[in-house]
Amino acid sequence: MTIDEVKDALAGYDGRELTLMEVCGSHTRAIAEYGIPGILSPKIRLLSGPGCPVCVTPSSYIDRLLEIGRQPGHVITTFGDLMRVPGSDSSLSEAKSEGVRVDMVYSPMQVVTMAAEEPEKTFVFAAVGFETTIPVYAALVDCIIKKDIRNIRLLLSLKTMPKVIAHLMEGGAAIDGFLAPGHVSVVTGANAFRPLAETYGIPFVVGGFEAKELLLAIYDLVRLQGQGVVKNDYPSVVTAEGNPAASELCDTYFTPADALWRGMGTIPGSGLLLKKEYRRLDMGSDALLSDHKKNAACICGQVLMGKKLPGECPLFAKACTPEHPQGACMVSGEGSCRAYFVYQR
Amino acid sequence: MCVALPGIVEKIEDNNVIVDFSGNKVRAFGGFCKLAPGDRVLVHAGCVLQVVSQSEAEELESILKDIDVIGGGTPVRDVRSFADEAAGAVL
Repeated sequence: MTIDEVKDALAGYDGRELTLMEVCGSHTRAIAEYGIPGILSPKIRLLSGPGCPVCVTPSSYIDRLLEIGRQPGHVITTFGDLMRVPGSDSSLSEAKSEGVRVDMVYSPMQVVTMAAEEPEKTFVFAAVGFETTIPVYAALVDCIIKKDIRNIRLLLSLKTMPKVIAHLMEGGAAIDGFLAPGHVSVVTGANAFRPLAETYGIPFVVGGFEAKELLLAIYDLVRLQGQGVVKNDYPSVVTAEGNPAASELCDTYFTPADALWRGMGTIPGSGLLLKKEYRRLDMGSDALLSDHKKNAACICGQVLMGKKLPGECPLFAKACTPEHPQGACMVSGEGSCRAYFVYQR
Repeated sequence: MCVALPGIVEKIEDNNVIVDFSGNKVRAFGGFCKLAPGDRVLVHAGCVLQVVSQSEAEELESILKDIDVIGGGTPVRDVRSFADEAAGAVL
């Protein structure tokens, strides 16, 4: 079989109507960038789920970071993705322009050097992410503990993928198959999705990020419709069991907890917090219980749950644009509204 | 945010490695994998998450070949509904 045959088969599919969901921000962006929805039969509908960590970070998290950053002697450190995410009143980017010290980093491990160079400051890392990034935070915590570093703290907004997928399905989402997140699966292993596949009787296919890899994964989702199975179409880096060393270090320092998802509410057991014995490193992650919309008409929550498409939002491409985002899905380069705005309008 | 990029391990110093991304050399945490110089690795947020097992081209070829086997050689252009196809090669 050739990739052209895969493409032709997807274009000519005439079976029952299917709704497939991807739950990875990088997949969202790649699918839009490659124009894949335009290749598919009208009977195959692709939706973007809650797979962009920046998009699901609640406003209270940003508010708390700003509150910490305004305290004397504190430095917020973060990935650049989080800079423009709106809090209740402001974003990290706006606060930085007002004099709050917010330093962007490429890796959390850079903060170890920064903290050693300025021992009089307290460095707070904005630890946001899914299973892909959580091991990096575990490595940072491990370093803090083993080197007895006193001036690094974390504010956590860590979330886990299987729980939110179960939440969507229990909420009645009519999804016929999931494109499982490629880099989350590197850590968790493809088997992490097996209980979901079996419970809901739908296929989960782990896919890569190139156009051919995405087409192949979508083809397999169509081919395996109605079957509660997992297939790994990204075997160069994804195994059945994942990376056990990374998972083990995460289990050493983190414990499951309820988590608040922007626009979606609290999902029991869908997040991680530091274990009690390490909670002294935390800056109040367990108290982030509110989520305010910057604009009341924003439907980011419904978009994240696959209930509405970005173009159905009354703000889309009007009040809400990448230059002036009203919701987090338009902020992130991997947000579904941003991808829809840039590539699919 | 979950973007991860492939690079080549150039040098190993305890848990830290120098990874070459097409000439751009970056320090990364390598404590989650058994690494050797020359390994092709997947790096996310300054952390090696996995050793890449084979080239992407080989991977795609092997999966496509696998699908032929599953489909029993049925010409794909003639397939308009996949509902009755047998499942296979799942984990």
